[in-house]
Amino acid sequence: MQQSSAPVITGRTMRYRPLNLARWVIWSITALLMIVMPLIFTGGFAVTLMSQMGIMIIFALSYNMLLGQTGMLSFGHAVYSGLGAFIAVHVLNMVGAGKVWLPVSMLPLVGGLAGAFFGVLFGYVTTKKSGTTFAMITMGIGEMVFASSLMFPDFFGGEGGISTNRVVGESFLGLTFGPGRQVYYLIAIWCFVSMVAMYAWTQTPLGRIANAVRDNPERVEFIGYNTQRVRYLVLILSAFFAGIAGALSAINFEIVSAENVSAVRSGGVLLAAFIGGAGVFFGPVIGAIVFTLFAVALSDLTKAWLLYLGLFFVMMVMFVPGGIASLLLMQLPLVAKKQFGRMLPSYAQGAVAGVILLAAAILSVELIYKVQVDSANGTVMSLFGIAFDAGTLTPWIVAAVLWAVGCLAWRWAGSKVRAQLDAIQAETGGLA
Amino acid sequence: MEFFVISLLNGLSYGLLLFMLSSGLTLIFSMMGVLNFAHASFYMLGAYFAYTIASKIGFWPALIFAPLLVAAAGALVERFGLRTVHKYGHVAELLFTFGLAYLIEEGVKLVWGLAAVPYRIPAELDGPLFTVFTSSFPKYRAFMMLVSLGMLVAIYLVLTRTRIGLVIQAALTHPETVEALGHNVPRVFMMVFGGGAALAGLAGVIGGNAFVTEPSMAAAVGSIVFVVAVVGGMGSLVGAFIASILIGVLQTFAVTIDASLAGLFGAFGVAVTDATPFSSVWKLTVAQVAPVLPYLLLVVMLIFRPRGLMGTRES
Repeated sequence: MQQSSAPVITGRTMRYRPLNLARWVIWSITALLMIVMPLIFTGGFAVTLMSQMGIMIIFALSYNMLLGQTGMLSFGHAVYSGLGAFIAVHVLNMVGAGKVWLPVSMLPLVGGLAGAFFGVLFGYVTTKKSGTTFAMITMGIGEMVFASSLMFPDFFGGEGGISTNRVVGESFLGLTFGPGRQVYYLIAIWCFVSMVAMYAWTQTPLGRIANAVRDNPERVEFIGYNTQRVRYLVLILSAFFAGIAGALSAINFEIVSAENVSAVRSGGVLLAAFIGGAGVFFGPVIGAIVFTLFAVALSDLTKAWLLYLGLFFVMMVMFVPGGIASLLLMQLPLVAKKQFGRMLPSYAQGAVAGVILLAAAILSVELIYKVQVDSANGTVMSLFGIAFDAGTLTPWIVAAVLWAVGCLAWRWAGSKVRAQLDAIQAETGGLA
Repeated sequence: MEFFVISLLNGLSYGLLLFMLSSGLTLIFSMMGVLNFAHASFYMLGAYFAYTIASKIGFWPALIFAPLLVAAAGALVERFGLRTVHKYGHVAELLFTFGLAYLIEEGVKLVWGLAAVPYRIPAELDGPLFTVFTSSFPKYRAFMMLVSLGMLVAIYLVLTRTRIGLVIQAALTHPETVEALGHNVPRVFMMVFGGGAALAGLAGVIGGNAFVTEPSMAAAVGSIVFVVAVVGGMGSLVGAFIASILIGVLQTFAVTIDASLAGLFGAFGVAVTDATPFSSVWKLTVAQVAPVLPYLLLVVMLIFRPRGLMGTRES
């Protein structure tokens, strides 16, 4: 009825599309960084670290399609990356045996398709529910896949996992993917393409309706969308990208084991995405970088790295629920109003207080660890180049003093930051 | 017959233990809407506290004091952790308890070490209670069932017969009205959280020495407890009870059955060899599949009855 009275459509709609310069600049800088970084840091450790960061960035971004964009908290995302990795490693072994032809650089696509396939399969069950129940079911599915990894040793390789060799097939333009740096660039290219694809997805109608499902599923039902279907589609897409990350990790490590589908992996990607900031697209990128630093660099320094990571995560949940990205975005209006410089002194005080608290936490954890777990090797230890004996009272008193001073300094710095922010808000009329 | 009786009793005792865990989880969930991811961590804390107390002053004091300590820990977590996070919504609360589970596991490793601790059954409860033909039923299993059933009756009486129980029940559905009547609902929440943690702690005290007390025990039982909560129907205590017993009995029977689909095919004259497609699937015995069964039950349940056994609404 209303159609007939609608004005005649002239065939061209007006669209306001200004050139988004900042977007182009940011993406170009990202690409440039990815290209240049291994030329600056040429060490083997640095290249390995950056390769793992690239994989984690894809994985965390794919996870954030669920958590940040659609509001689905999943505890079993490693299922898709892990199974994608297993399929990829089997295909790679078949390529090595000469049964199928496939360039190694296209292997992530296989992993992605495998991930999407399992997304279709498991997603049908998990996306029947939303919210808390969805979280529990994903965990159940994750446990199920992990438990069955010991039941099918042919596919999962039992305890030892399945190893492979990535240097197969004829080399293309001299690329054999033997050296670590070639693998890094392969990961970097896939990472960049996936990042662009996932960003583009947020701008599609599906991406938009996914945001609506996150914010108010009831209204989405009222305007005629099936929220269950939206969740299902998003999960399949997310599983596709997770599969790409899984296949890349198979190429990078040349081994895939049951650990790849474990709850530890699923928990890790949740931590990474949340710490970085689930509410912003680039948040998980920051989170992936921080998480990899924790997992690779910190785990070399201390056995208690999971404890530090857990503490960091709980602190973020309690005090900065928007993640690191939200902290950065809070500064943007200040920078735009040219008031950022005035905040620096109070930020510096906060940083000093934070460092004292961090030192207190590290000292206490390492002391307890030394006394409780590692006392067989004697109680003498060293931290930041200072040697001391955990069996004496002095270091414990130092830790207690650090805690007390740190807490007081933190409260004081916090009030300074708030006062300064309020002053700036008052001057700019609440714009900053 | 003897196999059946012993397995049934073992399954029942395991199921009752699961119920002690899932009842606390269900109470907390239906009251506060918080899915406590760290619930199994409180179970682990109970076992470790009991180990420490038992090695100092004996098992019986541990049976009383360890759950009380866990309750105090739970109340502190609610007061200083969850209440801060509450304003950010349920997902933040869930994430907080998830992080807490991490912290408790790492903390336990830090304090009690990475290996399993020798937390043993007290001497007076060690040994067989009775013997059916050749198999014996241990005294301690019976003790576990006794404690669980005692707890079950106690919760029921507290919730239905006491003033505080009625306030809790009212606060489940109408928190504002209860608050308007002058009750401190946040404090009731804190008590429920502490009480739920204490139930998990008690399960840890009696479960820790029946099984193994080690840092991975929380993760091992945690996911099963979630399965129980979903299968029983979120927020339903009766459903949680039925699901606990069902899964307990199912798992206990499954690990003892050594039959496979290949054997079934063999009975119909179809031989399964390595050349048969998917031969590794057909050759799996029921005992091998046992760890996956609860999750399969969960999947089947969600496909055919998404609200769970006793659930009242679709979430």
